[in-house]
Amino acid sequence: MTPLGGYLLVAALVFAIGLAGALTRRNAILVLIGIELMLNAANLNLIAFWRYGPHPELLTGMMFAVFSIAVAAAEAAVGLGLVISVYRHTRTTDLDEMNRMKG
Amino acid sequence: MSAVFWILAALTVLGGVAAVTLKNTVHCALAVTVAFAGLALLYLQLDAQFAGFAQILVYIGAVAILVVFAILLTSGSETPKQGIFSRSWFTGMIIAAAVFAVLGWAVIQRIQALPHETAAPSVTVNQIGNALLGRYVLPLEIVALLLTAALVGAVIVAMHEKGESK
Repeated sequence: MTPLGGYLLVAALVFAIGLAGALTRRNAILVLIGIELMLNAANLNLIAFWRYGPHPELLTGMMFAVFSIAVAAAEAAVGLGLVISVYRHTRTTDLDEMNRMKG
Repeated sequence: MSAVFWILAALTVLGGVAAVTLKNTVHCALAVTVAFAGLALLYLQLDAQFAGFAQILVYIGAVAILVVFAILLTSGSETPKQGIFSRSWFTGMIIAAAVFAVLGWAVIQRIQALPHETAAPSVTVNQIGNALLGRYVLPLEIVALLLTAALVGAVIVAMHEKGESK
């Protein structure tokens, strides 16, 4: 197996685990954790392609991953803030019970 | 493929599986921290030192702490009596398995055509700094703006409303 193939398979597995977590868990915070895992899997792909790509000295893939980490941090902060805000209104983080758009 | 890669891959995948299957939400947060650490070590294994240390600082240092705070500010570590998986968990599992099957099939299909081991690129922090303030200066400024907006927005969203009954 080529090294790049190994990294791509690991990234695919982590992405699928994150997707399974986001789609099956009941707790909103754990859904956010699943989304973070999916973002991380995408970053692993970017860095693996940067490392084994034709021009690693241009830093393109690594810069993309670093910016993606920054955007993911912003997403996590806003997402967890939203979960806390919803919890304050409804007293639950259970997504199956959040079936109304009215507060 | 080196043994180090397989150990790190197993650490990452086991951390991820534990994060989505454990009952106690605090344990899930700890497991996802292990997965983030495994990914950071994989970045280091890929000679992307800067991205690896950024991953440690941002994910293990900030996101994991935020997740723990959010868990403790909401329902804590109690397990809901209806179980930890939502009503549509079976559909979700099928979708996730199908996505993994497609991705894995696509990689395995072309695995021989992927490039083999190449010489490690020597990237210094100096080069990264020059790239960030040269070629990537506009994305850097936009990310700075985004982080400021997200900081203010997260505080406003999570803030107590005036006159709200507790």
